[in-house]
Amino acid sequence: MNKVYACIDGLATTSAVIDWAAWSARRLSVPLELLHVLERPPELPHVGDYSGALGLGAQEVLLQQLSALDEQRGKLAQEAGRQILQNARDRASAAGVQQVDGRMRHGELVDTLLELEPDARLFVLGEHYHASSPRRIHLDHHVERVIRAVKRPVLVATADQFVAPERFVIAYDGSATARKTVDMVAASPLLQGLPALVAMVGADTPTAQNALQDARHILQGAGFAVETTLLPGEPEQALPDLLPSQGAALLVMGAYGHSRIRHLMVGSTTTTLLRLSTAPVLILR
Amino acid sequence: MTLSSIKNTWLSNIRGDVLAGLVVALALIPEAIAFSIIAGVDPKVGLYASFSMAVVIAFAGGRPGMISAATGAMALVMVTLVKDHGLQYLLVATLLTGMLQIGAGLLKLGALMRFVSRSVVTGFVNALAILIFMAQLPELTHVGWQVYAMTAAGLAIIYGFPYITKAVPSPLVTIVVLTGVSIGLGLDIRTVGDMGELPDSLPVFLLPDVPLTLETLWTVLPYSATLAVVGLLESMMTASIVDELTDTASNKNRECVGQGVANIATGFIGGMAGCAMIGQSVINVKSGGRGRLSTLVAGVFLLILVVFLGPWVKQIPMAALVAVMIMVSIGTFSWDSVRKLRGHPPSSSIVMIATVVVTVSTHDLAKGVFVGVLLSGIFFAHKVGKVLRVDRSSEDEGRVRVYGVVGQVFFASSEAFLGAFDFKEVVPKVRIDVSLAHFWDITAVSALDKAVLKFRREGTEVEVMGMNEASTTLMDRFAIHDKPGAVEQLMH
Repeated sequence: MNKVYACIDGLATTSAVIDWAAWSARRLSVPLELLHVLERPPELPHVGDYSGALGLGAQEVLLQQLSALDEQRGKLAQEAGRQILQNARDRASAAGVQQVDGRMRHGELVDTLLELEPDARLFVLGEHYHASSPRRIHLDHHVERVIRAVKRPVLVATADQFVAPERFVIAYDGSATARKTVDMVAASPLLQGLPALVAMVGADTPTAQNALQDARHILQGAGFAVETTLLPGEPEQALPDLLPSQGAALLVMGAYGHSRIRHLMVGSTTTTLLRLSTAPVLILR
Repeated sequence: MTLSSIKNTWLSNIRGDVLAGLVVALALIPEAIAFSIIAGVDPKVGLYASFSMAVVIAFAGGRPGMISAATGAMALVMVTLVKDHGLQYLLVATLLTGMLQIGAGLLKLGALMRFVSRSVVTGFVNALAILIFMAQLPELTHVGWQVYAMTAAGLAIIYGFPYITKAVPSPLVTIVVLTGVSIGLGLDIRTVGDMGELPDSLPVFLLPDVPLTLETLWTVLPYSATLAVVGLLESMMTASIVDELTDTASNKNRECVGQGVANIATGFIGGMAGCAMIGQSVINVKSGGRGRLSTLVAGVFLLILVVFLGPWVKQIPMAALVAVMIMVSIGTFSWDSVRKLRGHPPSSSIVMIATVVVTVSTHDLAKGVFVGVLLSGIFFAHKVGKVLRVDRSSEDEGRVRVYGVVGQVFFASSEAFLGAFDFKEVVPKVRIDVSLAHFWDITAVSALDKAVLKFRREGTEVEVMGMNEASTTLMDRFAIHDKPGAVEQLMH
């Protein structure tokens, strides 16, 4: 549990992911490892033969054709991956990270991260659909699967540019998960020194006020400058509305608490917030 | 099963899957008809079976992109059942086959495939190709020259047409052209319509019309057991071939259960038992099929074609089907294995040839595979039995004879083990050091006891050293082998 892993793929958010990972690695004083996963694209090479005829040794011939096509593509992907990693390493070193490593793996992103998990302090990855569609109907399913699968904190870069955060906002609901989130923030050096805003959404009741005060005390005890706010409405709506007014902020929240089946039916606050957030999101478990 | 894996196996390759499914459906029709004829049932039984196998496997199977339908391997097994007891008993056998296969899947018997060596697989495939070819011979004997000419023309089109274009399935071109010629010239040759009833409607659910007695069960059980084994064998083999071609993994146990479910569904709509098809799966992958959608499209399109083109399908001359089946047989046969027959170790070649010979002479793929597996086991035991050395040395100025045993002692090597001792030698003391040997079974232990007894009878004092290390292998407690270093410890 001693490395920051940056998952990069050479697409739009890559430089932001590297910068966020470099920022985190420096703050946590741990090594940074850049990870490029060569995923097999779902569409496999086609031989384009609809003749339906089986000649002598049809199976051997087909295997040769297919593996030759795969080989070409694999070589190209490896070469491109090396380039991406090299550029990323240069960028991270320039950002002042002492120890930067790179590695390439074949396989699925989620499976790879699960293998690396025992060694990881934080995963950083980028969200893709942001760049392409402004409405963002879907959450990048890569990101969603990673967040569901891994047990370590995940930082999701939602913009193409990195802006050093000036403050952070904790999405708080007084639940046990939320309290744990606050404890983790208080204990970690990652956000030390940044002013905190604990944001709760719901009716203004004494219970809610008490819960907010608890969070304030924990964070103040750890030396944070803390503000709290209680917003009316639904969390999925109120929190994303709050963020733009906070300048360069980082949204911090706990991960999925629901069971999978329930999630399929009612949706999940975490997913929705991740989808709607304009700020980068740190997800804790 | 998650949403994303559903998306991956169904929708990741829609264009390729649909096109490949169409190609496969066209190729399945002549095969399904031909295999029905082999089994001795109406073509409609094979066509319904191919439809339901393909459609059910698309959902229940463990290997996306693999094609299952009525197959030659299964048809060959059911010939005598159909001849002696009729179609209804075949349907019961099909249902029972499905249940047995589901049981095999739930017991995770797919893993047993690792005992089927490469040589046995090759033998199976070659025997299958030979049997499919032989099944075409009745159509080619005692017939007029027209049939030979038609078959030759069919083969020429099948293999020649891809040089013109690969966009149209050449077996389809063959069938269309030969049917056209046959109708146009009014040739008096056998057509598919002469072979039995073709489907004229969508299949309906029906219960087999047999007495539900134990007697029925005992009649169909031997057939069902063979069908279940043959079906799973060919399906597992085909699954590994598709795994290899597409460089992706499959779920073998899910495939076992899936084959079972598909056979049960097939039995209830009046189809014959089926399994995965090597040739069709290769055609599917070659045509760009990768996902479950390709299998589904193949099944659905097959049924649509047959039900709506029934009157035309009747007109297809048997010569065209024979040409297609000869192509399937040639494409299934592993020519590589014949070319490399001399290059491979003799034991592998013998296993392969024995599998072929037994299968072709009994018309039963299960028996062939059984003989092949048995032979490979014996050859393997023989080879490992040779890993045994007994060193002799003497100590104490020749008064003590020391035998150092190194290697594997078990039923196949116990005779060699005994033969290494010189019982005629007159020496006061013998020491047998077995600390570097492995005693795998009771035969090995009794061989050692025998040696000790023989020496004692000659008045020689015997000391056995290191028995504890040697007999750890005997205890069959494989738990210790999981620990790191355990295998090295065994290997010394």
